[in-house]
Amino acid sequence: MAFDYDKYIRPGKLPHIWCPGCGHGIVMKGLIRAMDTLKLQKENTAIVSGIGCASRLPGYIDCCTLHTAHGRAAAFATGVKMAKPEMNVILVGGDGDGTAIGGNHFIHACRRNIDMTYIIMNNYIYGMTGGQFSPATPTGHKASTTPYGNPDPNFDIAKLAIGAGATFVARGTAFHANQIDKLITEAIQHKGFSVVEILDDCPTTYGRRNKYKSVIEMMNRLKEVAVPVKAAEKMTAEQLQGKILTGVLYKEEKPEYIEEYAKVIQRAQAK
Amino acid sequence: MEKTLPKIEIIEKYCKGCHICVEFCPTKVLEMKGFVAAVKNLEACIKCMQCELRCPDFAIKVITE
Repeated sequence: MAFDYDKYIRPGKLPHIWCPGCGHGIVMKGLIRAMDTLKLQKENTAIVSGIGCASRLPGYIDCCTLHTAHGRAAAFATGVKMAKPEMNVILVGGDGDGTAIGGNHFIHACRRNIDMTYIIMNNYIYGMTGGQFSPATPTGHKASTTPYGNPDPNFDIAKLAIGAGATFVARGTAFHANQIDKLITEAIQHKGFSVVEILDDCPTTYGRRNKYKSVIEMMNRLKEVAVPVKAAEKMTAEQLQGKILTGVLYKEEKPEYIEEYAKVIQRAQAK
Repeated sequence: MEKTLPKIEIIEKYCKGCHICVEFCPTKVLEMKGFVAAVKNLEACIKCMQCELRCPDFAIKVITE
């Protein structure tokens, strides 16, 4: 039976603003399926975003949503979670919003290990503002501000999150649509800061500057470069050259911030 | 056993013509009709739901019994 997405979408909001072939819609579907699997209540779920193409996502989903300043999704979401710890807080955003403008907020949210889920849609570019290069744009690739190729080395967002202290880090792609909801479900269930990086395609501002002929070619590239973590264990370093690991990359249990903060309140009131 | 065919509903207002459903359908059920996707050969449908899963625009629903 067809999955009923309409139940979770604000009436009259579709069609969405994303370009033809943009993977953000696929990620949004994954998020809705994950919300359905976990039976998240509308009044008990907050989706927080910054600015950008990916950050338009909360506008379409019918639950508590917050569309905030550029890069500040993590800061606002921390406020929501501190005020209402019983809420399921989900952050969404793009690579530019999350790792450049909001890079500082992102690493510190990871460090605190506050119980939230951050879904980063990595399409390698700033889409909405006109295709400027982002920290995730691969070296040598073209953007509107790097017409001769990007000289900067790019961030590995998953590794950045692990290094900064996130306790659940996973990576998926827009091509592997079936996997997205499973990763997001696991991330929401995890107690602590979870980061799910979804590799995405931006045919309009990234694809056409980097000689991708179509959306299908971009999707097939995602299919080619993605290697599941378990399969990668059996592969040599040579075989893994240029590949990107997908699946649950890192998971550990650490004290969660809200609980630790409650202990601080207890200690302060005991005196 | 007689094969029951699903109903493939395409919301033309939502479809942006990205070709994803047409290309990733394993049995080539769909085609592009002008700017929007359309059903070409419903007989071949194996109800794998790939088109519904991958459509970024919420435009396809595969209704099975």
